[in-house]
Amino acid sequence: MSETNELYQQVILDHNRKPRNFKVLEQPTREQMGHNPLCGDELTIYLELEGDLIRDITFQGSGCAISKASASMMTVSVKGKTLAEAETLFREFHQMVKGELDPETAPNHLGRLTILAGVREFPARVKCASLAWHTLHAALEGKSDPLLIKE
Amino acid sequence: MVAPGESHSPESSNTPFDVDRIRRDFPILATQVKGRPLVYLDSAATAQRPQIVIDAVNRFYTAQNANVHRGVHHLSEVATREFDGARVKVQRFLNAAESHEIILTHGVTESINLVANSYGAKFIGAGDEILLTMMEHHSNIVPWQLLAERTGAKVRVIPINERGEVLLDEYEKMLNPRVKIVGVVQISNALGTINPVKQMIELAHRQGIPVLVDGAQAAPHLNVDVQDLDCDFYAFSGHKLCGPTGVGVLYGKTSWLEAMPPFLGGGDMILSVSFEKTTFNSLPYKFEAGTPDIAGVIGLGAAIDYLNQTRLDRIAAYEKDLLDYATAQVGALPGIRLIGTAAEKAGVLSFVIDEIHPHDIGTILDQEGVAIRAGHHCAQPAMKFFGVPATARASFAFYNTRAEVDALVDAITRVKQVFEI
Repeated sequence: MSETNELYQQVILDHNRKPRNFKVLEQPTREQMGHNPLCGDELTIYLELEGDLIRDITFQGSGCAISKASASMMTVSVKGKTLAEAETLFREFHQMVKGELDPETAPNHLGRLTILAGVREFPARVKCASLAWHTLHAALEGKSDPLLIKE
Repeated sequence: MVAPGESHSPESSNTPFDVDRIRRDFPILATQVKGRPLVYLDSAATAQRPQIVIDAVNRFYTAQNANVHRGVHHLSEVATREFDGARVKVQRFLNAAESHEIILTHGVTESINLVANSYGAKFIGAGDEILLTMMEHHSNIVPWQLLAERTGAKVRVIPINERGEVLLDEYEKMLNPRVKIVGVVQISNALGTINPVKQMIELAHRQGIPVLVDGAQAAPHLNVDVQDLDCDFYAFSGHKLCGPTGVGVLYGKTSWLEAMPPFLGGGDMILSVSFEKTTFNSLPYKFEAGTPDIAGVIGLGAAIDYLNQTRLDRIAAYEKDLLDYATAQVGALPGIRLIGTAAEKAGVLSFVIDEIHPHDIGTILDQEGVAIRAGHHCAQPAMKFFGVPATARASFAFYNTRAEVDALVDAITRVKQVFEI
């Protein structure tokens, strides 16, 4: 498979065309905006938390196919997970796209997210794939600009 | 550019432009990318260097390296002669009246910061206005915003139309006694528009307002004559001109440069220093603090030699033909929207494709060996005007070919295949 096809797989293109959980949550527990000023990608993540559980997660925004598909796939994979499980996924995903974790050999919890492993061959695009995850991470940590987080 | 009788060009106007021969002067153009020949369509970001420039830099470090304007030893004299010689080459290239009107900087960004800080400190105050076009590069916006913040002056934006052309009527109406400077890009890096700077300068001068021209994209593509334009300041960068990075030029009229205070303080820009009083050096040294990028300046001189030899009028004609061809070929593809369709354009083809983000376009094109720029091109206000976050931008130089335009078209077709549109 060529590197282009490796990156732009059908699943990714499908998530780009029909992003899942692509809507505003009316009363989110937390809301976090993420912005990549270099390319103008922008998204907002809405979280409904129940104790330790991510009960619902949605997003809105605009960006390239990789950032949009990654955000869409992220919402699917963390919905219903605990905060600790989501943090583990964040860490493993980050390591995978940076080429520090090979999902084919190292044990991991990534599941379908490994479809985005191809991005590690495109250093300029790693930020696109990880924007949604960094935004989620910031929302869970509650560390970033409080103006952007509603609790 | 070159004074009559000084051109070393072996070319006559009638011989065809031999692009194959020119390509052999640029060693990097033989590069293979992912098994395909490099198609370099990103010269608006930085141009490639001909061997003559690489050799000049190499020769300096190999055989001539010493500091300038200081030593009494042999090498320092050689370095100073080469360095000062390059300044004269720049003077002739711009047809400036005096070589001391050529200030050597690190690039357009520093050149504009110099004017904003030095001219700005003396001549721009609270309530004054700075006029900039909607299509300026961030480097001709941010220094003025910083100045405005410090002084209470106001930045006002000269509007453009949907083709990316300055609205001259609106511009004329904006000129008033509070306006203390106009900043205008001669060729837009994001849109390719060639602005009518001569006319804009004349309109400003009627009211005694000086004009700074950002020539970053223009200097490699047009014959620039600062006396004919009558601009007060003109800035360009070496690396867009096939010269080294990190070196650039600010041309300023003597009367302004004399009246302006120094920008950076340090060595070389002084005559004498004591803790009681420092006397500043004469032009151009007053604005050149510290050891300059000597090799870079000498390399810039070599690049100017190369362009003179190739002749900018022939370069401009060849590039226009290439841009017209690219505009027709790319513009004919379904789903493509060209951003920037001014009647007068040079060098740049900015476009977007329905529902495909420019970064995805850029990545897939790269896989096909085609190097373009995807992004906002440091011109976010212009992007906002056109309602896009970014564009894909192919930019052309005189070493590009129609075959490379065809490769671009094929690669765009591939993008559409991948995205199934």
